[in-house]
Amino acid sequence: MSVEITTPRFKDNAKKALADLPLQGALSKVGPGFIGKRAAAAEKLPEFDGLRDSARDIKNHTLAHLDLYLERFEAKAKAAGGHVHFAVDAADARAIVTDICQRLGARTVTKGKSMISEEIGLNDHLAAVGIEPVETDLGEYLIQIRGEAPSHIIAPAIHLNKDQVEADFRRVHAHLPPERDLSEPTSLLAEARGELRQKFLAADVGITGANFLVAETGTSIIVTNEGNGDLTQTLPKAHIVLASLEKLVPTLEDVSQILRVLARSATGQDMSVYTTFSTGPRRPDDPDGPGEYHVVILDNGRSAMLGGQLREVLRCIRCGACMNHCPVYHAVGGHAYGWVYPGPIGSVLTPALIGVEKGRNLPNASTFCGRCEEVCPMRIPLPKLMRHWREKEFERHLTPATQRFGLGVWAFFARRGWLYRPATRLAMGALSLLGRAKGRFASLPLAGGWTQHRDFPAPQGGTFQAQWRARQAERRAAPRQEASR
Amino acid sequence: MTAHTSPHGARHPRVGLFCTCLVDTIRPSVGFAAAKLLEDAGCEVNVPPQTCCGQPAFNSGDRATTRALAEEMITAFETFDYVVAPSGSCAGMIKTHYPELFTGEPDWAGRVERFCAKVFELTSFLVDVRGVTGVAAAYDGTVTYHDSCSGLRELGVKAQPRRLLASVEGLALEEMKDADTCCGFGGTFCVKYPDVSNAIVEKKAANIAATGADTLLAGDLGCLMNMAGKLQREGRAVRALHVAEVLAGMGDEPAIGEPAEKGAKR
Repeated sequence: MSVEITTPRFKDNAKKALADLPLQGALSKVGPGFIGKRAAAAEKLPEFDGLRDSARDIKNHTLAHLDLYLERFEAKAKAAGGHVHFAVDAADARAIVTDICQRLGARTVTKGKSMISEEIGLNDHLAAVGIEPVETDLGEYLIQIRGEAPSHIIAPAIHLNKDQVEADFRRVHAHLPPERDLSEPTSLLAEARGELRQKFLAADVGITGANFLVAETGTSIIVTNEGNGDLTQTLPKAHIVLASLEKLVPTLEDVSQILRVLARSATGQDMSVYTTFSTGPRRPDDPDGPGEYHVVILDNGRSAMLGGQLREVLRCIRCGACMNHCPVYHAVGGHAYGWVYPGPIGSVLTPALIGVEKGRNLPNASTFCGRCEEVCPMRIPLPKLMRHWREKEFERHLTPATQRFGLGVWAFFARRGWLYRPATRLAMGALSLLGRAKGRFASLPLAGGWTQHRDFPAPQGGTFQAQWRARQAERRAAPRQEASR
Repeated sequence: MTAHTSPHGARHPRVGLFCTCLVDTIRPSVGFAAAKLLEDAGCEVNVPPQTCCGQPAFNSGDRATTRALAEEMITAFETFDYVVAPSGSCAGMIKTHYPELFTGEPDWAGRVERFCAKVFELTSFLVDVRGVTGVAAAYDGTVTYHDSCSGLRELGVKAQPRRLLASVEGLALEEMKDADTCCGFGGTFCVKYPDVSNAIVEKKAANIAATGADTLLAGDLGCLMNMAGKLQREGRAVRALHVAEVLAGMGDEPAIGEPAEKGAKR
């Protein structure tokens, strides 16, 4: 995948996405699929909202004592025979992974799904040093053979349709008989499984992400539906876990609470198909397992978020519910966001990770409809955090000049009621006269953003405040008439 | 309902009507409709000089302007028993966001809290505070109702307008698919990201049209202007009105974007 950042070109990306018919076809299924399933799952569990409160509290507690839990995790993981590496930034994390792979003479690494791998651009880096990375999550495999980035954090290839997948398989799996039938999703699945099985067996190192790191036991946990993660981490010589530092949770009891909201929020499942706990490498009496177990804990700017307003975003468990319910995501899909994390969570996280200068479009490209916050299992106030970025942008004068000017003119009048009232009365009177015949405008100077897609209603004329005062004056002048109205 | 009687012991609570800047400038009839509904519900209606709640500045990241406008708003309205707005968006801005504008200002904290406690969206004030169960209005038509986001999610406005609409003689309500999904207005969003906004309102317009309703109602003029403008651009014969207008028996006024002279309904 490529980590080229196109976030500054969000508007162009969005325009292209809106004109992309196969993409629009795929996106039309996102909302109906995920929204209904989550709602049904939440409905079936009376304590769902209580569990959300509990999950939020657990993470808040963890973040307040993160240093303690990181140390505990490190000690426990080491005691179980594992290695823990702390990576300050993406380059650091890439170097740690590469060193392990090179020391083991790795030629192929299999990979379970990991957003951190995307964040640090690991695949390109491994390929550059002669190590072949093989994505084993079906969605990740699809986008890898297409040279794309994921468009969704739990369904990376949600932007693709079956026909596109068939065409890619015929192109990439050229060694298979061309006359084979790939018309059914099951046949595509079987082919991917067959191809990947050999990769699993040949891999020297397996890399996975982590949904949780448990401080109490030094355990990493992955939550999957395909079982690819288990093959990735069990078969090779070494298992490397990539996790960012906010994945920490104090105890197994805490994890079991958060797991109850994770899959329900993500896919509407009670639990995902596989929930796999890994503690250390293979022990002498274990039938299988990796010879080495490494956990790379990535900071990449997160510890700086701990002390500020963005701390709440570190509660995120990457369920994807926010994007599944987002009207902007539904319209443009994940690639338009231009980097690794799309949707509302991406709109908060991206400016923190790549800088507000490059990321400023994303927190602005929200209607603030609030649906993301409504469904977030960790009760992250996503609109508030997007507004935080708008404030940073405003403070640093990064807002486009036209917007800033418009806001300034409006604020000048709005703060001077004595001027605002006559000015609006005059302006609306004029606009009303101009628009009287049709009742609306098909185009208006300075309102092209509005009128290119919709009509603008002509004001009725006058202002409510002026008319109200006139009516009150009439009422006072003729109280009797008014009373009989 | 003792909690809702006027602190002055009067039978008619004094309500400050915050008409909102859009109603003030674009569609004053919504202000009069709101005033009538409040008077019918036994309130004394006052309209103090006002401008804007500050939401455009707030959502543009301009805290200083927002706080200044909030202070003016509070000063203008805090003497009333209640503050009512025909908009879930503006009422939500005040009720849920004003407190954070004054964090770290102990002189203001209590004052802002007391103020916010008496701010309401119109239909929720009528139903939840005044106990109104019906209105004396008639409307000959089938309507569909869009739940505007802020009213719905910040203030829980969903059942109240429907409950009042059920009492309107001759009116039938046909619910649209995804009534609680955003219309794509989003304040300045619709002009900052016009293509994305358009894609969202296109879906909304299709859902509205699919109901076969002849009238679209909602509780927020911004969303209504967006949806009405799209419906009209697409040549769809759906009238758009603020819910207060129908509830106040003013549903025959020229609808949003309709010319004044030939505006009489059907």
